[in-house]
Amino acid sequence: MFNLNLLALEAPGWGGALLSGFASSLQLAVGGYCLGLILGVGGACGKLYGGPILRDLMEVYTTLIRAVPELVLILLLYYAGTDAVNQVLALFNAGPIDINGLVAGIFVIGVVQGAYSTEVLRGAIKAVPPGQIEAARAYGMSPFKVMRRVTLPAMLPHAIPGLANLWLIATKDTALLAVVGFSELTLVTRQAAGATKAYMMFFLAAGVLYLMLTLVSNVIIGIIEKRARRGMPGAV
Amino acid sequence: MKSIVKTLAFALVIGAAGAGIAAAEQVKVGFAAEPYPPFTSPDANGNWVGWEVDFKDAICKEAKLDCVVVPVAWDGIIPALTSKKIDMIIGSLSITAERKQTIDFSDKYFNTLPSVIGPKDQQFGPDAEGLKGKIIGVQMATIHQVYAQKYFAPAGAEVKAYQTQDEANQDLAAGRIDAVQADTIALKAFVDSEAGSCCDVKGQVAPDDEVLGPGAGVGLRQGDTELKDKINAAIKAIRANGVYDEFSKKYFDFDVFGG
Amino acid sequence: MSHEITVPDHILPKGRSLFEPHRLFLMAVFAVIVFCIVWFLRWDWVPKYTGQLAAGIGQSLILLFTTSAVGFLLALVLGLVQVTGPKPLKWLANGFCTIIRGTPLLLQLWLLYYGLGSVFAQFPEIRSSFLWPYLRQAWPYGFLALTISFAAYEGEVMRGAFAGVPKGELEAGRAFGMGRFTLFRRIWLPRAINRALPTLTGETVLQLKATPLVATITVVDVYNVISRVRQDTYLTYEPLLLLALIYLILTGILIVGFRFLENLVPTRGA
Repeated sequence: MFNLNLLALEAPGWGGALLSGFASSLQLAVGGYCLGLILGVGGACGKLYGGPILRDLMEVYTTLIRAVPELVLILLLYYAGTDAVNQVLALFNAGPIDINGLVAGIFVIGVVQGAYSTEVLRGAIKAVPPGQIEAARAYGMSPFKVMRRVTLPAMLPHAIPGLANLWLIATKDTALLAVVGFSELTLVTRQAAGATKAYMMFFLAAGVLYLMLTLVSNVIIGIIEKRARRGMPGAV
Repeated sequence: MKSIVKTLAFALVIGAAGAGIAAAEQVKVGFAAEPYPPFTSPDANGNWVGWEVDFKDAICKEAKLDCVVVPVAWDGIIPALTSKKIDMIIGSLSITAERKQTIDFSDKYFNTLPSVIGPKDQQFGPDAEGLKGKIIGVQMATIHQVYAQKYFAPAGAEVKAYQTQDEANQDLAAGRIDAVQADTIALKAFVDSEAGSCCDVKGQVAPDDEVLGPGAGVGLRQGDTELKDKINAAIKAIRANGVYDEFSKKYFDFDVFGG
Repeated sequence: MSHEITVPDHILPKGRSLFEPHRLFLMAVFAVIVFCIVWFLRWDWVPKYTGQLAAGIGQSLILLFTTSAVGFLLALVLGLVQVTGPKPLKWLANGFCTIIRGTPLLLQLWLLYYGLGSVFAQFPEIRSSFLWPYLRQAWPYGFLALTISFAAYEGEVMRGAFAGVPKGELEAGRAFGMGRFTLFRRIWLPRAINRALPTLTGETVLQLKATPLVATITVVDVYNVISRVRQDTYLTYEPLLLLALIYLILTGILIVGFRFLENLVPTRGA
């Protein structure tokens, strides 16, 4: 029933196309996740140390993103967001910048991940013993230095389960970009299946690729968690 | 840790700058991201092949434009044009008055009437009476959806809208729907292929110029007159010097330009 | 000497009221933004589509509640099997949960609908079976995919819940001479559900956010209706903003509803 020749790496097999779609998905996931982490650190700091207006704005940001489905957010940010960016630039008489699909996709996934990682990082930073931060301040470290040397390293073990979950969510959210036509793995799979009519086989192959990504990620996360939690009381 | 942060920041800046710097004079051509043989379909190498791909190559060469293909999901292709993600649409986009309110078109470059296909063992005509009580599949955001909603839905047919033409064809082969209406050429390519061996063409639908329009044109932004003039001149040129007929011969044995 | 302790006013923490100055300022800014959106963008298409939007919202909500209910029942089975069951069943359930949680929902949905569709094309005999009217339509596949997805994620939660019920309570039940099924019915299940209930709100909201995906296989939910609006009107912002607003309201109603339900059940507070 399954014609495995269609999965061959060289044309006319579609295996190569699937793998390049997979590489696209990986790029999206990594880029979006990193952008989400940066936004998350900023958001968490804003929520914890910021003034009242900043705190409320961050609250609105996280609530909005967590209440609206990712598919709708992706459509909004991909079409309306890039259009808005260009219109704002037009106000300043700067030319419209050409936002290619990958950058738009990373922006979209990053903004969505940013809201979730704000919450994760905020909880993790609150779990850092306040005495350590006070001691750092007593040494005269600037706030940025405190963040860099004390807060971020200390909160990492508490943040890892949440951040690991977010990474897995990021890898699966990349599939939603198929709906806007960006050539990541799910869309390439549908194209290949449409061209060859071997729907079952190609979707199963894509599933295997995603599953391998998840399993490898789980192994790596386990290693990172073990190293980050060294010296801390283990899970009961 | 320091160097990792530095490298990441550096990479971000470079990435942002790279995204900002567009190649000069590049014209982004929007294709539908789904296979639509024989007009555009991706092959296993990731290249696009088909009649409209040859057409795009011909007019870009004639108008001396540096064209780059950007695949976009079909139901978002017009917003992509208006929000400047792409500069023109080549995707069997029919010229209709409705669409003209939002975008502009070049002159038409081909025209065919839509047809209806269905299972070989069922006989019915491509009209409201023949489709009564049947489920007809169309691609969303096409003139075929508008036509089916206007003529077949009030007569008792159920219109199912799919994201891609390919999915509609597939569901017809699977037996989930009873008929499909789409462009004659694309449907003929389907029933002639092995996957479409279940079905045959029931006939062409009655014409309706308002809904179906005079043919397909290149989609352009309103006000983009410079590009429009270039494209129109290129279309005229390739029709005159035989390049159009040359690449059309590879796919069709009839005149696809239409009346 | 008076034992009354008086604390000067400026040391007591100020209650954070809704109407502090910066909140008022932000609400004013928000009101201005909403006014601009309503005034400057085109909304004349809304009356034409209210019927379809209502039907779409109804379809979304029906899918949400039915898949959550059936998925929860399935999750109970999956969770229980992973805690008690014989080893092969445990591995089966674990593998099932891992596979479903490791692949995107969109892929699962398309695999079920189009993958099975291609199988139907190869075997036309299926059309004469009694299941055919259901296999023809799109919503059974959406229902199945959403239910399986919910069951896999909830199965993990229920596994933790079943494993976390204090062993002492179960042993006390056995000491009373309860049979295995009675023990399950009276002690294990209620205690496990009680532990899992707080997460149910979050999981239902996540399920609501997963429902728009069924629009890609032609199920007419509210996302599908808005897609139709987008194609008929070619507007970029307005339909998507309305869709986001609809989901915000639905999420809000869900959260308030669940909080109400939680308050109905008296729990021992700290």
